[in-house]
Amino acid sequence: MAHGPDKGLSRWLFTTNHKDIGSMYLWFSFLMFLVGGVMALIIRAELFEPGMQIVDPNFFNQMTTMHGLIMVFGAVMPAFVGLANWMVPLMIGAPDMALPRMNNWSFWILPFAFAMLGSTLFMEGGAPNFGWTFYAPLSTTYAPPSVTFFIFAVHIMGASSIMGSINIIATILNMRAPGMTLMKMPLFVWTWLITAYLLIAVMPVLAGVVTMMLMDIHFGTAFFDAAGGGDPVLFQHIFWFFGHPEVYIMILPAFGVVSAILPTFARKPLFGYSSMVYATAAIAFLSFIVWAHHMFTVGMPLFAELVFMYATMLIAVPTGVKVFNWVATMWKGSMTFETPMLFAIAFVILFTIGGFSGLMLAIAPVDFQYHDTYFVVAHFHYVLVPGAIFSITAGVYYWLPKWCGHMYNEVLGKTHFWLAFAGLNITFFPMHFSGLAGMPRRIPDYHDLFADWNMISSIGAFLFGAAQILFLYIVIRTIVSGRKATQEVWEGSHGLEWTVPSPAPYHTFDTPPEVK
Amino acid sequence: MLSNTKKLLGTPLLASLLVLLLPALAGASEWRLNMTQGVTEVSQEVYSLHMIIFWICTVIGVVVFGAMFYTMIMHRKSKGAKAANFHHSTQVEIIWTVIPSLILIAMAVPATSTLKKIYDTDDADMSVLVTGYQWKWKYEYLGEDLSFFSNLSTPQSQIYEGEARGENYLLEVDNPLVIPAGKKVKFLVTAQDVIHSWWVPDLAVKRDAIPGYVHEAWTRVDKEGIYRGQCAELCGKDHGFMPIEVHVRSQSDYNEWLTQEKAKAAEIAALTQKTFSFDELMAEGEAVYQRACAACHGPGGEGGVGPAIIKSKVATGPIDIHIDVIVNGITGTMMQAFGEQLNEVEAAAVITYQRNGFNNNMGDEIQPIDVYNFKQGN
Ligand code: HEC
Ligand SMILES: [Cu+2]
Repeated sequence: MAHGPDKGLSRWLFTTNHKDIGSMYLWFSFLMFLVGGVMALIIRAELFEPGMQIVDPNFFNQMTTMHGLIMVFGAVMPAFVGLANWMVPLMIGAPDMALPRMNNWSFWILPFAFAMLGSTLFMEGGAPNFGWTFYAPLSTTYAPPSVTFFIFAVHIMGASSIMGSINIIATILNMRAPGMTLMKMPLFVWTWLITAYLLIAVMPVLAGVVTMMLMDIHFGTAFFDAAGGGDPVLFQHIFWFFGHPEVYIMILPAFGVVSAILPTFARKPLFGYSSMVYATAAIAFLSFIVWAHHMFTVGMPLFAELVFMYATMLIAVPTGVKVFNWVATMWKGSMTFETPMLFAIAFVILFTIGGFSGLMLAIAPVDFQYHDTYFVVAHFHYVLVPGAIFSITAGVYYWLPKWCGHMYNEVLGKTHFWLAFAGLNITFFPMHFSGLAGMPRRIPDYHDLFADWNMISSIGAFLFGAAQILFLYIVIRTIVSGRKATQEVWEGSHGLEWTVPSPAPYHTFDTPPEVK
Repeated sequence: MLSNTKKLLGTPLLASLLVLLLPALAGASEWRLNMTQGVTEVSQEVYSLHMIIFWICTVIGVVVFGAMFYTMIMHRKSKGAKAANFHHSTQVEIIWTVIPSLILIAMAVPATSTLKKIYDTDDADMSVLVTGYQWKWKYEYLGEDLSFFSNLSTPQSQIYEGEARGENYLLEVDNPLVIPAGKKVKFLVTAQDVIHSWWVPDLAVKRDAIPGYVHEAWTRVDKEGIYRGQCAELCGKDHGFMPIEVHVRSQSDYNEWLTQEKAKAAEIAALTQKTFSFDELMAEGEAVYQRACAACHGPGGEGGVGPAIIKSKVATGPIDIHIDVIVNGITGTMMQAFGEQLNEVEAAAVITYQRNGFNNNMGDEIQPIDVYNFKQGN
């Protein structure tokens, strides 16, 4: 019954195997990570010193827009879906995803979406230049013609995410091995289950808002056009109703990854498993009622401002619980510091710093000074780069031996970590300062007051970029020539994924394992 | 092997510290680290809220990171640490849910009161209507019959050609907003095209300027001086180039300024009746063009975001249509209505310039009175 993979290209085109699809997601997201990274470097090169030297302001705006879109929808989200594809079935003892053909389809429409989005760079009028938040009417009446392609690309990405989520939910709810009760599931599975529900709830909202834009642009409606009786602020409400849960979509699976890694290398069970689950659910719920904290300066009524401020501050509580639990997991462990552990610890520290600036931003009256400055840029890069990117990287180092059967080189891995760690902090920490000093975000040129911090940020960005090339080298080297990995891989590893051989055979758990 | 790894860990860490410290050692003057305290009651309250929440975060950070580093140093396998096996404690978990909640409630109280102050726009002594345009601000003194546009005044050569940058590079305008010291000034903020945001850090005023909405903000500045800010909401190509300059003057200086500005406006109105020579129109037209049109149509009329003016169908077509395009704009495109932004003299001049410059050589000219008549509908 079980057979090996097809030969050649058709293996990848027609595969319904969760491991193949997981690998494709991961490679695709790495490619997008590099593309989005190059755009970030163009931005940082222009901002290296005051004056316009390299690009013109319009192209600069295209770069900030495309960088954001590609990193969010092309790098981070597909990477987590890739991890879910690989690990969820292995962790719950299922032979594959519940809906394997749909799995193939949800992956294969992605390259088309991004090809379409990327092609806008070569269109007349240029690529979308209105920021990844694409506020109307800048993104409707005042947008370049390529906005239509952007809209269709978003539709396709949304379809892919929704199908991916349905698949993950169906798999988790129906295909757990006997004895694997919900409250026995690894936290990565839990966080993904909750994330998948978030995705199903908000991706249609995103699809809705871009469709309204499409109607405004081509079919004479005026949803967001004040001159036609529409409301530009409505756009922001709808966008952030999607956008705020979206940031948790990018961070909840990261919580899951870190909650797998810390116990392994502390050789101690995760502290407060059930409160972790409840905290995740609480964060997911709260993420639906805080969207307008992105809009404190749009002129909402005082009452609304207060409600959104309080709700936002409340999120600090379950988030704090998570951080405390991770520290308690490490506490009195017997720790070793292999590369995945280093990334996971850096995650906890740096994500917490991002959480602090988030708490500061939650204070509405002060947000009047922070809003739309580099302080916000620093904040969300601190939660997303060490948050999402570091946890994905940690996950790759952690599970790579299981995927390909080889150990990576520890010295190289640590070098990668320290380069990335230094690069990240040199890039993003100074942004707190330039923001507090008064530098607005999304500007291509600035006063000398901000010059020094910007130069440092730019240097850090190139260092961070270089570190990722090393990462690519390490991964390829591991796949082709690493030392053989054992079945458990790590001394302290626990869970079903470590009960199958390394590399994991093409088909696993054809007969379900027994979970006690 | 081990010492090798240690070296590997040490070097980049040291290097990154050095990079961060180096500029500080060099003693450069511009290292602004923190938010401005500003010059108003509200801005100072905002600043102290910012510092409170900052210190709260710092203290929590020291505790949490302290615990982490302690355990990372003490509980290593290489030091022979044996793993404990506890995995939950309801008591501890309740404590670290409750304490942060209490801190947050304590923080919410002062935040609420400051926010209320920001929203209290009642009893203003005067009001200014602030309108955002791509990419300039318009200030209209309500009840005073005075309004004007405020454009970036930094020369393009400093931005694009590497000429030495002035002291207020990108933070300077041709016509600043002038307000009297010690008076409560209400700002009614709106926009004409896309969303902008009017932000002056020293006043702690940031209000999004949104088409179709008029939102209120206010300030009272006691200290005379010049306060600078920038548009804070991405508004298209020249978002980075639409600064704000607020001059706070004593009441008497302010009154004097007001009288002068009104006189200037009257003068321009008188000029509408005057007939200009072709050369005068062309010279004025070129200045207006470079200031108001070149950003989109290119300094040499070669086009950019907007179409080329060289051989443009409109600039080489019927005069009425050309006037219409400039005065009323082209609806639904970035070509906005300049009827209000340019006075009659400027509009006549720039039209004449477009028709005769750039080798269009139409050989006709427009007088201010023609534009005036067009606007009146005859
Ligand atoms: C914000 C960018 C922008 C600015 C500033 C701007 N324009 Fe335009 N302009 C445009 C665009 C875009 C069009 C094309 C509109 C369309 O799609 O028909 C246009 C069209 C025109 C046309 C018609 C050209 C043709 O051949 O169809 C004229 C004439 C013109 N503008 C004159 C001016 C003048 C005079 C100024 C300065 C007072 C100016 N524009 C400032 C963007 C701009
Ligand atoms: Cu603006």
